[in-house]
Amino acid sequence: MGEKPRNDRPGGRGGLQASPGAAPRRDSSASDGPPSNKIITANWGNDEVFSLDGYRADGGYEALRTALDMTSADLIDVVKASGLRGRGGAGFPTGVKWSFVPQGTGKPTYAVANFDESEPGTFSNRELIEREPHQFLEGLAIATYAIGSHDAYVYCRGEFLWPDMVLRQAIAEAYEAGIFGESVLGTGYEINVIQHRGAGAYICGEETALLSSLEGYRGQPRLRPPFPAVEGLFGCPTLINNVETLCNVPHIVRNGGEWFAKIGPEKSPGTKIFSVSGKVERPGNYELPMGSALRTLLEEHAGGVRDGKRLKAWTPGGSSTPMLTEEHLDVHLDFESIAAAGSLLGTGAIIVMDESDCIVEATRRLIAFYAHESCGKCTPCREGTWWGARVLERIEAGYGRPEDLPLLEDLGQNMLFRAFCALADGAVSPIQSSLKHFRDEYEAHIAERRCPFTGRGPGVVNETAEARAGDRGLTEVLG
Amino acid sequence: MAVLGAEDRARAAEIMARYPKGRERAAIIPLLYLVQSVEGHVTRDGLRDVAELLGTTTAEVEAVASFYTMFRLRPTGTHLVNVCTNLSCALVGAWDVFEAAHDATGAPHGGDVSDDGMFTVHEEECLAACDAAPVVQVDFVNHDKVSPERMREIVERLRNGEVPEPARGIAPTDFKHASRILAGLEE
Repeated sequence: MGEKPRNDRPGGRGGLQASPGAAPRRDSSASDGPPSNKIITANWGNDEVFSLDGYRADGGYEALRTALDMTSADLIDVVKASGLRGRGGAGFPTGVKWSFVPQGTGKPTYAVANFDESEPGTFSNRELIEREPHQFLEGLAIATYAIGSHDAYVYCRGEFLWPDMVLRQAIAEAYEAGIFGESVLGTGYEINVIQHRGAGAYICGEETALLSSLEGYRGQPRLRPPFPAVEGLFGCPTLINNVETLCNVPHIVRNGGEWFAKIGPEKSPGTKIFSVSGKVERPGNYELPMGSALRTLLEEHAGGVRDGKRLKAWTPGGSSTPMLTEEHLDVHLDFESIAAAGSLLGTGAIIVMDESDCIVEATRRLIAFYAHESCGKCTPCREGTWWGARVLERIEAGYGRPEDLPLLEDLGQNMLFRAFCALADGAVSPIQSSLKHFRDEYEAHIAERRCPFTGRGPGVVNETAEARAGDRGLTEVLG
Repeated sequence: MAVLGAEDRARAAEIMARYPKGRERAAIIPLLYLVQSVEGHVTRDGLRDVAELLGTTTAEVEAVASFYTMFRLRPTGTHLVNVCTNLSCALVGAWDVFEAAHDATGAPHGGDVSDDGMFTVHEEECLAACDAAPVVQVDFVNHDKVSPERMREIVERLRNGEVPEPARGIAPTDFKHASRILAGLEE
């Protein structure tokens, strides 16, 4: 991915150019598995794999055939041996999750794929589907079979009009080819796939909220236990996996769990797609082995900070993971190393801010997001995100008070781990981490009664700033 | 007044049949898209139609419809322009694009319709295309790296009855058409 600019996408008007010298993904002569560092994006230079024929010509759906010859228990063992951890943010071991789904309960069992991207800054799942939808469908079929299910649902983000159309077409192709339906690849095992679109609610990426939404209710999280594995969709045993997680599955089945386990650090094996955005020269999705340093990703792949500016802050895993700074440039990007640095790997979404960006405004925008997306079920989240947004607006507009900083800290303490789901915790991350690393910037806003970056605020004469504050409905809290 | 005619009622039955027997309520989102595709937003009558199809109350349906931003419960322009202003887009100029969208369309801030009925501008959250920031969606298809100038050009073309070419894929003709696709019909 780092080799060339990627302006062309499947389905776009330009068509894709094959990446010269790209290693084939499925090299049957190599017993150690594919030589490339890239696993799930290895084919992104090849537009042929967009279609079923192209995907099959490259060895696609062979792993499903292999899987169907295995027992469920053996298949789950392979995924367990791989050490694959969920790519949706939590990092729970995938094989273990599969093994939690009880079989033979007499109830239907469901497999649900979570395609409700995105955590702000995250854009890997969308591109995985837009470029190679069958890789995902093959992983989904294997997972469905492994848990003894016959019904797979794909919960798609509503705003993904085009990616969802790509997926719909791919599902239709797969049915026609006998990959889905009454007899998967002629084995007599039935798998049906139902595509379900959401309608614009970030919270539906949370697995219990997703289930509520899929069942036709407001997308509000549920208390666990019971866990979805036991009582999920329609009250039945349910497996929920992220799209990127499922994309890894065919490769693991094909090359073996041990092959995967050898890539990257022992506790966070495999590769990860890092979605890099913000102030970098070449934003994009970059698949690297887990444990790569941020410096490598930023400088060798994303082209460094834009316009030669200095790195100020970055999120390792999207907006809900605590910000890190320039001093963390050599931190390794894997679950354990990021945790040791005081943050979370999350979805691997790196949002880069440079020295000219105002951290208070960045935090304000992120909290506004959480205030908008809070489902309203839990008081600490519903009220905390709303009031947090108001206080941050006030500080950014130049009307902050010294006591606002302890107030924000107190707010965080009253939200963290006090709600049904992790949305509230996600909102606390940018508040607490920005206060930890950039407290001086907050203090400057308050002391100067303006934003030091934009100059807006009553500290300087600027009627436009006053008007803007009015526009945002600030008048009642400016006091 | 019923929103769905005989033809659309047949489509509604197809939509409900996607889900297990007795679990038809799962079809509430696609059914709401279906009524939205007829009237250009979800009206009281539309809510009532969906409630009747599912054998539930209008209040239950409204509770669901009001939860999701893609259901428009008030009059909406022929075209819905969503401008992402979340962090990755904001860092590279999204606020200017957001203002340009209002200027060019004449749509007021706050999600109401422009006087000519053609446009609604909505402040959008992250659209998962941050490598192409700032991102704008017109009727739910993406336009990448949109500058204020490009925003004005897109609006001008929509005004002339054209469908601006999206960054990837194909574009619906308008918001009603997009809603139809979202219901899982007409792709």
